[in-house]
Amino acid sequence: MKKNEFRMQLLICAGTGCVANKSLEVKDELEKEIARNKLEDQVRVAITGCNGFCERGPIVVVQPDGIFYQRVRKSDVSSIINEHILGGKPVTRLLYRQTAESVPIPKMMDIDFFKHQTLIVFKNRSRLDPENITDYLNYDGYKALEKALKHMTPQEIIEEIKTSKLRGRGGAGFLTGLKWELCRNAKHNPKFLICNGDEGDPGAFMDRSVLEADPHAVIEGMTIGAKAIGAQKGFIYVRNEYPLALKRIRIAIAQATDNGYLGENILGSGFDFSVDVVRGSGAFVCGEETALIASIEGRVGRPRPRPPYPVEKGLWNKPTNINNVETWANVPQIILKGAQWFSSIGTETSKGTKIFSLVGKINNTGLVEVPMGITLKKIIYDIGGGIPGAKRFKAVQTGGPSGGCIPHKLLDLPIDYESLIDAGSMMGSGGMIVMDEDTCMVDVARYFLNFTQEESCGKCPSCRLGTKHMVNILDRIIQGYGKTNDIELLKEIGENVKLSSLCGLGQTAANPVLTTIKYFRSEYEAHIREKRCPALVCKALISYVIDQDKCKGCTICAKKCPSGAITGEPKKVHTIDQSKCTKCGICISVCPEKFGAVKKVTPALK
Amino acid sequence: MEKVDNILSKHNHKISSIIQILQDIQADYNFLPKEVLKYVSQKLKIPLSSVYSIATFYTAFSLIPRGKHICTVCIGTACHVRGAANILDCISERLKIEAGSTTEDNMFTLETVNCLGACAMAPIVVIDGNYHGQTTVDKIDKLIDEHYEKK
Repeated sequence: MKKNEFRMQLLICAGTGCVANKSLEVKDELEKEIARNKLEDQVRVAITGCNGFCERGPIVVVQPDGIFYQRVRKSDVSSIINEHILGGKPVTRLLYRQTAESVPIPKMMDIDFFKHQTLIVFKNRSRLDPENITDYLNYDGYKALEKALKHMTPQEIIEEIKTSKLRGRGGAGFLTGLKWELCRNAKHNPKFLICNGDEGDPGAFMDRSVLEADPHAVIEGMTIGAKAIGAQKGFIYVRNEYPLALKRIRIAIAQATDNGYLGENILGSGFDFSVDVVRGSGAFVCGEETALIASIEGRVGRPRPRPPYPVEKGLWNKPTNINNVETWANVPQIILKGAQWFSSIGTETSKGTKIFSLVGKINNTGLVEVPMGITLKKIIYDIGGGIPGAKRFKAVQTGGPSGGCIPHKLLDLPIDYESLIDAGSMMGSGGMIVMDEDTCMVDVARYFLNFTQEESCGKCPSCRLGTKHMVNILDRIIQGYGKTNDIELLKEIGENVKLSSLCGLGQTAANPVLTTIKYFRSEYEAHIREKRCPALVCKALISYVIDQDKCKGCTICAKKCPSGAITGEPKKVHTIDQSKCTKCGICISVCPEKFGAVKKVTPALK
Repeated sequence: MEKVDNILSKHNHKISSIIQILQDIQADYNFLPKEVLKYVSQKLKIPLSSVYSIATFYTAFSLIPRGKHICTVCIGTACHVRGAANILDCISERLKIEAGSTTEDNMFTLETVNCLGACAMAPIVVIDGNYHGQTTVDKIDKLIDEHYEKK
């Protein structure tokens, strides 16, 4: 049934975040209530993919007015039906408010989080059911494919993508059109296409969201690419940790095949193309293209030297074009609206939009699609709503484990591929982790390095041993045994690992350490020289104490302490026995807010 | 080995599908038993060492039986800056096992994951596929106890 045959649509977010918050229960209840009120012919209840504003889930959007309901529970359904659907007035208590005291904002597009965004890849956000191809078709779905197959030659398609200056959204930022041309011109046949959905950077989840919310856009982009390059077989490699994305892309492939957009003789053009889904098995390094190819071939995912690049020798040694999910999802829009339109958005060297996942110490956690060239400040404050709890901003980490930490003084930086590299970080897949004054930069550096060290495939000794050695040094620093020349030693080893590793993982592994030393050297020095952790994070350098003036002797902390370290009589000041305390922090989290009597101090008490 | 034969047939005994084959076996057995790996190597005519190298390279595979309940702590960056390391320490202390191992009574296996892509819910603990967002240290006892009561 067509969307416009309904008076209203109730669209329930069914992305991973909202589903985990029981959005499907809300959907069932809405369906039940709609049926009970005999409204099935007027009101459509459907799921949509991720809205990106996961912080406020479960989200229900009411179309055509675009009314945005947040944190909807099963018990709220009757109000939505009675007050809004039947009564015509939105339910005020479910509307978005920036803070508990602010004025409610009824419409999605008036909310700061949404209104500063520019949607290309997310253009179908909150309006279509990803498990229903008809919805996709209602919003110009597969029109770009029709145009490409019926009215364009492969060279014209490649030319259009080249003119658009679209660059790979997976990290390296290579020009997509150029890559396609290289693959098309490669001599051997058959040729293969791969969609890299092995989104391993922790804190980045835009590819999961695109696969969950608009899987047909990825398939359409790939099929256009296949025509341009001359490939007949494609693979979509999806992370093992993304069960919902796997499910949705499989459904979409089946529907596209049934409707003649995949398979043999697509749209009667005589062109054949099919796609298989490959599920990853939990190895970060498989996001690297040569390792990913090895994994599809059924081998251990270890990178190999390039050249030859996959466009010459890729899957089973045949020319293979790899792009990531977000890159493929841009393609249909460029074909449909033209390269000029696309390249009018963004900066000189970086065109179009980029999706960032704004996470960490930020009010509005979620996915944001913004034009290249936007400033960090605009993303973090205008869209992200700033830092929670009146805390101070300290740094934003971009580029995943390969990236770096950008300090406050660079917040006015317009972001694109080049400017982030100049700042010592990188675009990466678009993770943007915001850190506040309670985040220890030495701990963060250790976290990332430990990550790359564990994910190192072990092939290059500099990466395998260098990162291990660096983790050991960072460990001793956070344990309070740092030596005075440790900072210089970290820099020296870091530079060497960068220079002598084969793949991106090793070449960038030291970035988080090097940028934190560059911008936050004083924190390293406090750990090493004064045995202090200024952010009160590193366990060995802090102690938990009870403030004698604030403790009312409510006994909650003593009851909850798992190691029996807290003693004190009711209504009398309690104390923590430092020799028994394991520094788990339960006492702080259970101490009633009105007392706030437990605090952390550094350096640690003896 | 009938189950394994079915899995092998489903993948047409293709060596290139070895990772998918091991995924299916693990889904069925809950881990990768030694005798099954030997059987797969014979049937696909590839050295056992190749099967073993794949089973140990990819973190999704386990060579030891896993517990009745799987407790996974997300240690992605967003969870880390919101205190995941301490959550993991506390669960580890409570269950008296390190991440990657199983309790003596076989009730819990404690695992970590690098990111679930649900960062708005950070820090996240997943038990048997159910996501528990905004976990704090004082909620851990209750989460674990609930599963012991369920048995």
